[in-house]
Amino acid sequence: MKTINCDVVVVGAGPGGSMAAKFCAQGGLDTLLLEKKAEIGAPLRCAEGVSKKWLQEVGIEPDPVWIRADMKGAVIRSPKGYEFKLDESKAGSEVGYVLERHLFDKALARDAVAAGAKIMMRTSCTDVIRENGKLVGIKAKSMGEEIEIRAKVIVAADGFESQVGRWAGIDTSVKLNDLCSCLQYRMVNCEADMEYCEFEIGRFYAPGGYLWIFPKGNGVANVGIGVMGTMAKKGEAKYYLDKFIAEDPRFKNSQAVEVMGGFVSTCPGLDCAVDDNIILVGDAARIIDPITGGGICHACRTGMYAGKVITEAAKKGDFSKAALMPYEKMWRDRMEDKLYRNWMAKERLAELDDDTIDELVKLISGSDIKEVNVYNLLKVIKEKYPKVVEGFEDLI
Amino acid sequence: MIVDVDKCLHCGGCVGSCPQNAIFLNDFVLEFSDKCNKCGRCVRLCPVQALKLEGKA
Repeated sequence: MKTINCDVVVVGAGPGGSMAAKFCAQGGLDTLLLEKKAEIGAPLRCAEGVSKKWLQEVGIEPDPVWIRADMKGAVIRSPKGYEFKLDESKAGSEVGYVLERHLFDKALARDAVAAGAKIMMRTSCTDVIRENGKLVGIKAKSMGEEIEIRAKVIVAADGFESQVGRWAGIDTSVKLNDLCSCLQYRMVNCEADMEYCEFEIGRFYAPGGYLWIFPKGNGVANVGIGVMGTMAKKGEAKYYLDKFIAEDPRFKNSQAVEVMGGFVSTCPGLDCAVDDNIILVGDAARIIDPITGGGICHACRTGMYAGKVITEAAKKGDFSKAALMPYEKMWRDRMEDKLYRNWMAKERLAELDDDTIDELVKLISGSDIKEVNVYNLLKVIKEKYPKVVEGFEDLI
Repeated sequence: MIVDVDKCLHCGGCVGSCPQNAIFLNDFVLEFSDKCNKCGRCVRLCPVQALKLEGKA
């Protein structure tokens, strides 16, 4: 069997994997990035909406190549049709760009390559290799050929599927209430507002989740739905999404040109995303905003942290759990409070009936929120409906 | 487990939500290992109803 030796093997060339590979390669490490699909960034499993602020934090320069549309604001709509519209003056960190993910992912992969990482396409990890109890690499299938890749450390960036971590003995399973089953259509020739992202909330639209319209310009929009695992019955996501599109006049002359499925976890992240000789990043570590389901910025941050920590660990030649623990501290310091707060908020919002959701949207539309983000919305809700935020008030 | 290949979107949702880690997706092929204990979670969550348990409608 063919064996490849390297310092770091990164499984999965999504944003988290490419960022990790880039920072490992920049640190002078022999880095191998694996992608099981035939094309990086495709097929799409994403609504493509991102906020803007974090790009600078992870050193990504906004590039018109992968920015498809710049959002002016967002609209939140309740079951009875109450609207909260955030215009440009109020729109804050939760509003941003709609991307071309397949180009964004390739741009990040290019950056990893420019830093010195090697990419193997059509190469899927099939298991990890242990010798005397120690992780020493992975088994893979590359263009149909069984190979072994020996590495000092593994970065599991295999996305929601998150199997590498489980093969390595880290429990990445998610409870049913922390799973969201999603379906999205790329709609063309629709009459949705091309400058505003739209969110429909409440059970009427999407039990335990929400329905979204993320415009991409020229009558094109990603229209999708996420349904909470505990509330999903068979085929629920498709039923609600089809119903919405059939009933909304803006889609009367519109057709879908792409159908995509995808799941997100809505828990506050793994209990621990490192172990001896392995780090989990992004979706694989279940580090996703539990309210919005957004994970691109979390993947990029954790990928960057992983690369930096591995580079440091390499200086001492120590890739034990203890040596990699700074990674755990970095992502928790940066994101843990917000993940936990949004997870609690998600749990509470899922319990509310549609009448209460109507009241909440009415309430926030009458408020004077200057910058709109989950934090500010919860602050307004806390004043009038303290029960909704009971148990995590101190995080608001 | 029966996979309706005409419906499956290869999204990998079932893979990541399987409590047994019994499902593997290689691009367009969904494979179930003998670790599957037929709990039915994937059947319930599949957004397009592409999965069903053998012997069930």
